Amino acid sequence: MAEQKASTSIEAVESGLAAQGYIASRQIATAVYLSQKIEKPILVEGPAGVGKTELAKAIAGWRGKKMIRLQCYEGLDEAKALYEWKYAKQLLYTQILKDKLGEVLGGAQTLRAALDQLHDFGDVFFSKEFVEPRPLLQALEQPGGCVLLIDEIDKSDAEFESLLLEILSDFQVTIPELGTVSAITPPTVILTSNSERDLGDALKRRCLHLHIGFPEQRLEERIVESRVPGISQTLRRQMVGFIHEIRSLDLKKLPSVSETIDWARVLVLLQASGLDTEIVKDTLNVLLKYEADIEAAAPQITTFIAKAARSNVFG
Amino acid sequence: MRENLHRFFRAARGAGVHVSPAESIDAMRAVAQVGLTDRAILRDTLLLTLAKSQDEKLALGDCFDLFFSQPEPPQDQAEANNDASQDGDQPPSSGSASEAGGGQPAEGLGPLAQILLSQDRNAIQAAIASASGAASLSDIRYSTQRGIFSSRILDAMGLQRLRDDLDEITATNPALAERLRAALDALREAVRDTVSQGLALYAREEAENLRNEILRNAPLARIERRQVAEMRALIRQIARRLRERYSKPRKRQRRGHLDVRRTLRRNAAWGGVPFLTAWKRKHRDRPKIVALCDISGSVAQVSDFFLLLIHSLHEVVDDVRSFAFSSHLIEVSEILEKKPPEEAMAEIMSTVGFGSSDYGSSLVDFERDFMSTLTPQTTVIVLGDARSNNLDPRADILRRISERSKRLVWLNPEGRLAWGFGDSEMPRYATFCSVVRQCATAQQLERAVSDIVATYQ
Repeated sequence: MAEQKASTSIEAVESGLAAQGYIASRQIATAVYLSQKIEKPILVEGPAGVGKTELAKAIAGWRGKKMIRLQCYEGLDEAKALYEWKYAKQLLYTQILKDKLGEVLGGAQTLRAALDQLHDFGDVFFSKEFVEPRPLLQALEQPGGCVLLIDEIDKSDAEFESLLLEILSDFQVTIPELGTVSAITPPTVILTSNSERDLGDALKRRCLHLHIGFPEQRLEERIVESRVPGISQTLRRQMVGFIHEIRSLDLKKLPSVSETIDWARVLVLLQASGLDTEIVKDTLNVLLKYEADIEAAAPQITTFIAKAARSNVFG
Repeated sequence: MRENLHRFFRAARGAGVHVSPAESIDAMRAVAQVGLTDRAILRDTLLLTLAKSQDEKLALGDCFDLFFSQPEPPQDQAEANNDASQDGDQPPSSGSASEAGGGQPAEGLGPLAQILLSQDRNAIQAAIASASGAASLSDIRYSTQRGIFSSRILDAMGLQRLRDDLDEITATNPALAERLRAALDALREAVRDTVSQGLALYAREEAENLRNEILRNAPLARIERRQVAEMRALIRQIARRLRERYSKPRKRQRRGHLDVRRTLRRNAAWGGVPFLTAWKRKHRDRPKIVALCDISGSVAQVSDFFLLLIHSLHEVVDDVRSFAFSSHLIEVSEILEKKPPEEAMAEIMSTVGFGSSDYGSSLVDFERDFMSTLTPQTTVIVLGDARSNNLDPRADILRRISERSKRLVWLNPEGRLAWGFGDSEMPRYATFCSVVRQCATAQQLERAVSDIVATYQ
């Protein structure tokens, strides 16, 4: 039955991503599974550093496909994202072929006849040869399919969003001089956004919407386990518990998963066996990126360590 | 099952999630992929395909839980339905269930009586579900319709037949009749719960629309205390709409004028042969607004909402300076920026509020201290009823304000008929204003602010 297959294949996605070192929650795995089945892009939203970009890398690694990344920024336009004409090459070719053109057209008696003859070669100058494919076009031209990561779409302009619509819904682009280019194999498209601005409804409608928040404690422990294998179990539990306490504070920037992993690495490097006030104070700048945040968190360190240790005993 | 999903989409719309037909098709395709047996996966799937923001996800999650909070039909039935839906053939989900319930000894009783007596909860639930489908419970809109929908559902379940049965067996088998009567009461209760749930699911959208519509056209000055919070929410909604409409990029290409410098620079790589052309752009200013708000007596409430609206337009409006006055004038921009709206208004009121209004001396205050805030890009908005208690209106100052600024807009909460009567100085002021308009309801407020912002586009 379809259902049975669905839940097992969702598990398969989970384990596949896990093999790439990406521990996915079930919701993420469902999204990846669905995007493949109904051929829809995934729009991933969430705070910085929760693994939005990593997800695309993990999918590419797992499926053994090439990853093409398009980093969005303000002012990104068609010429940089989709394709560009190699004007210089076109010009150069025309110059070189000038004599050849004279030969070809030499036989023509009238201007009209020459024009007719020229029409036969007209398409030479607007052929694929002179198109410089940029990431979006590259992604469509990959014969084996690929993972297309459109990173931080919220940083781009609203016009660029509209440009994406055709690619996202039909996996094709229209180049006025050449016609429509369809994807050989539909790429897996991942869009990420930090919600810096609201995206248009048209774009959202074409995507599966996945929100990745901060992971639960268990999940985060597993993530640390897979990313920093050298860390002992007690320390792992303690530090993840501590970070969860930190996240309950009202801070400018909450520590996310990437910071947790960095901190775990730092603790392993310093050969810490458990958390104590001293070591946390020394390494707090790995977790918190603003002076004001560090000042706000510093007085709470001892309480948080105690709390984390307690949850360690019971949980 | 398709039927059920469609009902769920309607419920989702009721919960404030925008489900377009295209999205519902996507959701259908996705559900066909994952199947229905695992409720958690189904929930994730619907959240992924339908909800497009974090708020919508929360709302839809709640809606999902409410929608599927009915006791689940037993496993074998669900299975049977799934098989059926895969075959592409759609018997109503409860059809098989009521037949299953009908397998009891006949004794000449109607099907409803038999289901009730069999005490098969699932069969009863299924019968209610199918009857609410027949009574189109999903059309319920207002809480006053609860009674009629209950009785429609009961009718669809065959209440008439049950009554006849009851009459019949009361004579022959009093004990059985007693049991049946108790079961009927329980049934009524169950139906009432179903209808309440339906109301919670489907009616929210309509009720909200109706309430908002009434609220939009209610005079702001006479709004009731309990509605103030709702009004604030409505004003925020309006602000969001205006933001969405006007926060588009303000640069627009003006085709026709070549920007020679930029064109040459861009084509330097090809020896200055202009392959790529750059056109002159026209940069549009963002609105700069100076707002003068009367906060005496009846105008205070309107000013409150107006200030709330103006100050929630950060993305659209570059610069807002607000001033409040009754007998004299102070600047309130900072208070409004720093504090939540309720506190800010209270503080402003305690500083300058509750006096009798004196437009003349307030304008003098403005000219003395703040005239330099006006630039040729500024729109000045005065909100007030222009009732100056027969004091000198000092319209000459208003003339100077009008000369220094781009536009001078006067918003008056009173109707046009009242202008110029009693101590109203409106006609005298109106000569210096670019626009004078009535502004008594949220709708008029929205139009007024929208027009002001639109002049800068």
